[in-house]
Amino acid sequence: MSEEMKIVVFKLAHEEYGIEVDKVKTIERMMPITRVPKTYNFIKGVINLRGVVVPVMELSGRFGLSQETYTDQTRIIIVQVGEMEIGFIVDSANDVIDILEDKIEPAPEVVGGIQARYLRGVAKISEERLLILLNLSEVLRKDEIVNLEQLEV
Amino acid sequence: MDLNQYLSMFLDEANDHLQALNDNMMELENQPEDVSIVQVIFRSAHTLKGMSATMGFEDLASLTHEMENVLDLVRNHQLSMDDFIFDTLFKSLDSLEAMVEDIANGGEGKAEIKSIVESLQSIVKGEHNKEQPAESQETTAASSHDERLDEFQLSIIEQSIEAGMQAAYMKVTLREDCVLKAARAYMVFQALGEQGEIVKSTPPAHEIEQEQFEQTFSIYAVTTQTLEEIQKAAEQVSEVDSVVLQPLTADNIKDWNKLLQAATASKEEVAAAAAPAIEKKADDARVTETPAKPSETKKKPTGGAAAQGKGQQHRTIRVDIDRLDVLMNLLSELLIDRVRLEDLATELKSNTLTETVEHLVRVSGDLQSIVLKLRMVPIDTVFNRFPRMVRDLAKSLDKKVDFQISGADTELDRTVIDEIGDPLVHLLRNAIDHGQESTAERIEAGKLETGTVHLRAYQSGNHVFIEIEDDGKGINRDNVLKKAIKNGMLTEDQAKLLSDEQVYMLLFGSGFSTAEQVSDISGRGVGLDVVRSKIASLGGEVVVKSTLGKGTTFIVQLPLTLSILSAMLFRLGDEKYAIPLTSIVETGLVTKKDIRNIHGGIRMINYRDSVIPLVSLSAIFECPSYTDVDEEETEIIIIRKGERLAAIAVDDFIGQNEIVLKPLGSYLGTVQGISGATILGDGQVALIIDPNTLIQS
Repeated sequence: MSEEMKIVVFKLAHEEYGIEVDKVKTIERMMPITRVPKTYNFIKGVINLRGVVVPVMELSGRFGLSQETYTDQTRIIIVQVGEMEIGFIVDSANDVIDILEDKIEPAPEVVGGIQARYLRGVAKISEERLLILLNLSEVLRKDEIVNLEQLEV
Repeated sequence: MDLNQYLSMFLDEANDHLQALNDNMMELENQPEDVSIVQVIFRSAHTLKGMSATMGFEDLASLTHEMENVLDLVRNHQLSMDDFIFDTLFKSLDSLEAMVEDIANGGEGKAEIKSIVESLQSIVKGEHNKEQPAESQETTAASSHDERLDEFQLSIIEQSIEAGMQAAYMKVTLREDCVLKAARAYMVFQALGEQGEIVKSTPPAHEIEQEQFEQTFSIYAVTTQTLEEIQKAAEQVSEVDSVVLQPLTADNIKDWNKLLQAATASKEEVAAAAAPAIEKKADDARVTETPAKPSETKKKPTGGAAAQGKGQQHRTIRVDIDRLDVLMNLLSELLIDRVRLEDLATELKSNTLTETVEHLVRVSGDLQSIVLKLRMVPIDTVFNRFPRMVRDLAKSLDKKVDFQISGADTELDRTVIDEIGDPLVHLLRNAIDHGQESTAERIEAGKLETGTVHLRAYQSGNHVFIEIEDDGKGINRDNVLKKAIKNGMLTEDQAKLLSDEQVYMLLFGSGFSTAEQVSDISGRGVGLDVVRSKIASLGGEVVVKSTLGKGTTFIVQLPLTLSILSAMLFRLGDEKYAIPLTSIVETGLVTKKDIRNIHGGIRMINYRDSVIPLVSLSAIFECPSYTDVDEEETEIIIIRKGERLAAIAVDDFIGQNEIVLKPLGSYLGTVQGISGATILGDGQVALIIDPNTLIQS
């Protein structure tokens, strides 16, 4: 028996990605972001999320992907891992799907330019639709950022 | 009765009393003749005893009881304090503290107190000092002196017996679980008063009213009824355990005092062997006068001390700190809305709305200052345990230390207060053990035998500074470097390049200790690095200044962690920032020609007879939409950190506002130059500048 998971699907640089729905707090439209100087360059700044100051990360910047311009489809996905709350800027987010856990296959070395350790796996939804599941705790690990930046320069 | 619900109250109060005992003992050590201090100590000990007995912590109760006995003799001038008594009392306090801590950790508060109790008892008996035999005699006399009748009372009883009335000496014992002892005793008095008259009670009535007695008190009564009837009257009062009645007749009244003395003496021997907790408090009942005829000498100190005690008492309630946090969060939400309302009122220009908003602003302002004050605790609550620690430490190291505290009323946020104690203990120990030389070395160096250790606290801007200064031997740069090289912390070539301050910071490296010998107190090399990491975790830092041969100063800088503060809002291009008002000295304008370029591109300006650096915030923050370099006229804010000043260049001032400090979110942690963020009235986030990091060169 394998368990069914609910996944929020979002788009980033023409690929489809997924995050478990229970990690997602809300999905927001683009809003004014206050720049924070002297921090990682993929941190766009902080937003006012109903009275709480939340940092916002450009996910494409985090993975060293090309940066898209913001459209009215652009969304900020607010995720919560433990005590940590952070927003991801993504190109669009408009779907929640169910997938079976055993449908998730380990990720190959590099998918869409993202290294395997940031991925939980890849799920094939249909013949032409691949969903890349993110490993949030790896994405949010800070001690690896320095190495990562060096690799990708 | 389930006492668990009272346990936390008991612990809080017990700690308060222990602290008060410690403080007053220290004070008494400085002025051993001051009986009013003894009175205060006595009262604290007494309350503690009562509380402990009620809660069933018998070891606590019996130890305090013995301390009380000693103190009682002192306050009645039957014993004068000496070193042995001080040491024994301090030791007792230590074991009391240990017991209370044990209770706090879920234990039963049991401890090995026998030896201390014995020393205390030997003090009471006057045996601790054989050179004072006179005193010892006086002591025994005093303890049996209590229930004797004076001539006046004797004659009343004699006359009553002659007039055909019945007289009796009654010993009334209340039940051990009696809650309102004073009330029960009053009822006994009332019942006896109806039947006849009370000639004398021990302890006197006013002490009984204040519950200053154990389970037992005694009464001399005369009555027109039979003795059986008055005994029955007394026994009918509920929660009275027993009433022992001894008739007084014309025959035995003459020798009554002698009889009593003999009885008390034999009783004392038994009592010394029995558990002291239930021992009748003979000493407490030593007062000879009746309440009707109080002697001037006795009454005065009691009254005076009572008034004094009232003055010191703060009426407080204890509140869970989590509730305060919730209150604070709610208030910050309210303040954001308040700013929004203010903006709305200016837009709508409606008079009634403006008036209402103005009132709201005033009320919420008051509310805010109160909530802020709720969280602030004077640092005294940390400092007050230090004098005792320094005293003990100096004694064990055989050094003479003059310990001076200033700025104990400086207030800090409760969360910081809770954490700062241990690091300060480390630093103080360090100052006395490592910093100060031994007495012989001091004499050789031509210094005063007594070393001085200053502990200072003061507020500057958004920070509180705590300084620990000793006038000892200072830090020997070469020794530190030698040790560091030996420990492989750096190479000799590197060592030559370090500034003095950098060398001193090596002390905070882990596994570093320069003491030649590892002592009990410090020198295991685990101290200073722990201190630094603890202070860093509180958002503070520590620096060292030292002059060889003159002394060392450790300066601890801590944030106030105010979550609401007054700030100046300003603009850099289209970005808005806030800077806390507390660190602003003034604002002003400089023209380009007034800015002097020093070598290396550092810009300086003249400011009131001195030259201060001009910091370009737009350059530090890599501001995309503004730079101050090309401006003909630049707005500047003069900021201060301790004694150092600097000017920061900004684009435009927006105004002064109350802002709510919010963290940037745990992902970002601390960002250099920024202490947090706030949400403005328009819903946008503005960053709050940490001026202290801008001044650090």
